[in-house]
Amino acid sequence: MQHVSPVREPLVTGGKTYHDVTQDVAHQVEAAPNIRWMAALSVALVLLGVFFYSVYRTLWYGIGEWGLNKTVGWAWDITNFVWWVGIGHAGTLISAVLLLFRQKWRTSINRAAEAMTIFAVICAAMFPVLHMGRPWLAYWVFPLQNTFGSLWVNFNSPLLWDVFAISTYFSVSLVFWYTGLVPDFATIRDRAKGPIAKVAYSLLSFGWKGSAKHWSRYETVSLILAGVSTPLVLSVHTIVSMDFATSVVPGWHTTIFPPYFVAGAIFSGFAMVLTLMLITRVVFKLEDYITIEHIALMNKIMMVTGSIVGVAYITEFFIAWYSQVEFEQYAFINRATGPYWWAYWSMMTCNVITPQLVWIRRVRYSIPLTFVLSIIVNIGMWFERFVIIVTSLHRDYLPSSWVMFSPSIIDIGIYVGTIGLFFTLFLLFAKFFPVINMAEVKSVLKYTVDNGPTYTGHDPHHHTPQPATTHGVPASASVNYDKHD
Amino acid sequence: MTKRFALGIFDDEDVLLHAVENVREAGVKIYEVFTPFPIHGMDDALGIERSRLPIAAFFFGLTGLSFALWMQIYMLGFDWPMIIGGKPHIALPSFIPVSFELTVLFCCHGMVITFYTISKLYPRWKTPVLDVRSTDDKFVVAIEVNENTDMTKLTQLLRDNGASEVNQKEMSKF
Repeated sequence: MQHVSPVREPLVTGGKTYHDVTQDVAHQVEAAPNIRWMAALSVALVLLGVFFYSVYRTLWYGIGEWGLNKTVGWAWDITNFVWWVGIGHAGTLISAVLLLFRQKWRTSINRAAEAMTIFAVICAAMFPVLHMGRPWLAYWVFPLQNTFGSLWVNFNSPLLWDVFAISTYFSVSLVFWYTGLVPDFATIRDRAKGPIAKVAYSLLSFGWKGSAKHWSRYETVSLILAGVSTPLVLSVHTIVSMDFATSVVPGWHTTIFPPYFVAGAIFSGFAMVLTLMLITRVVFKLEDYITIEHIALMNKIMMVTGSIVGVAYITEFFIAWYSQVEFEQYAFINRATGPYWWAYWSMMTCNVITPQLVWIRRVRYSIPLTFVLSIIVNIGMWFERFVIIVTSLHRDYLPSSWVMFSPSIIDIGIYVGTIGLFFTLFLLFAKFFPVINMAEVKSVLKYTVDNGPTYTGHDPHHHTPQPATTHGVPASASVNYDKHD
Repeated sequence: MTKRFALGIFDDEDVLLHAVENVREAGVKIYEVFTPFPIHGMDDALGIERSRLPIAAFFFGLTGLSFALWMQIYMLGFDWPMIIGGKPHIALPSFIPVSFELTVLFCCHGMVITFYTISKLYPRWKTPVLDVRSTDDKFVVAIEVNENTDMTKLTQLLRDNGASEVNQKEMSKF
């Protein structure tokens, strides 16, 4: 029982009772899929088909199907990898960091954001694995004995650190997400009518019954997972940035990269969460749970991290000048004024200028504008990775090997295909899993409610509980969930 | 073996908390409390001891850290030493990322597996529950009873403490 303040905005609007929460969320799982969901899934499946075709071409004919050349050995693949991994940062940030900071508003969005994390990491993993050229030997990245075909892996290499970071991040996020899902699966199991649903959700719910002892342990586990996931989420993009920062390529070799990449990851992650949430709340009629306040708060985080990213862009430029390293200076002048100027200025416009609009309250609280902004940020963050990777590589130390990069149709196909993969997974999740954490939302339902038997409101002499005695109806039967003001 | 339970059904978690305290004070042993969400203060009310899972998590993490350091030092330092980038064979600073990741990996998975094991949570075909509403919006206090229990008195006690219903249920294998 926490202290309740009458000045707080309610986290869930619409005067919901516990049963309403169950009803609103579980209803989506139980009802027949609606036409909008089917339409969205069809589009996603078509894109997934594009993905499979492009992967087939890549595997059958080799990496030559891509637009890479001798100078630009990393381009769309690694751009897309970093983009997806970055998007995958918001989920764990919301569920772990915001849990540690006791930001109760995260309860409505953490489930979907974590799902997004997991699916984004799956999409991200496709790129380095396909870039290997022989993905069936992908297990060589793990430390295996010589008899498996390779020497020990090189633990000094950031690419290997990446393997450990991404696989740890993926598996820990999955476990965190699933442990949160178990009590909600139990709710759906206990409501299920059909025999298949009964068995399926019984298996998924791991026999959860909601006993006090289990809840006590569950809370401990959540807290420790959050505590450990917080440095983990920061470490993942730090290590991704080290793929670049530990090399000697001008434009990559900077110490600012880890914090700059982490801020960028949170920035793009929140943009993607906003894009998805704005769609989800309408399609599944969850406007009372994902309220305009949630959107405004996420906008603020997006603005803060976007500003950090903006400062990082400027710092990079300053340091290039200040370092007096000719190559470093050229790399940055080339970014802004060279043949890829359009990519650079798209990045600057999308990531530095647009998020500043969020300072205006009307923009922060506008759903259409937020939606547009989130898409722009997603595009901007893609360009950021493209600029970092391609403009640094395409003009290296040897002017005779300077080239331009252009993607092949297969490059584009794989990228668009992963978007299809992502949305296919997300739509299936949204249909068959409870898209909002019911148990946690119920626990914050009384966040702003100033009533109930222990809370006797403004009467200071009346602090003892007053359960009804004679007619068996507890005093709380008349609890009303209206905002107290 | 079939067990019989008296179930006090509550509608509100604050009422429930005080009811649990009062019922325990009255000397009645509570078998278990089932709630749709975690209730703060329930641990104290029921006298649940603080979980030792954090200690387990610490040792799992320590295992991960030791394993990672041993693995890297053994592989690159002793089993097949190679000079990479002019660094020493045992280049501890570049072993930090993998050591950190494996610490987290072991800590999280070790703790979660321990949690599921000690709580006896695993996939099952059927999950019998005492009251299906306990995962929705009701708070259920289960008290094990036998033929010697004075049901009227127990019902009255639960009612007096705000239970909206008092039911009985028999359960085999619970």
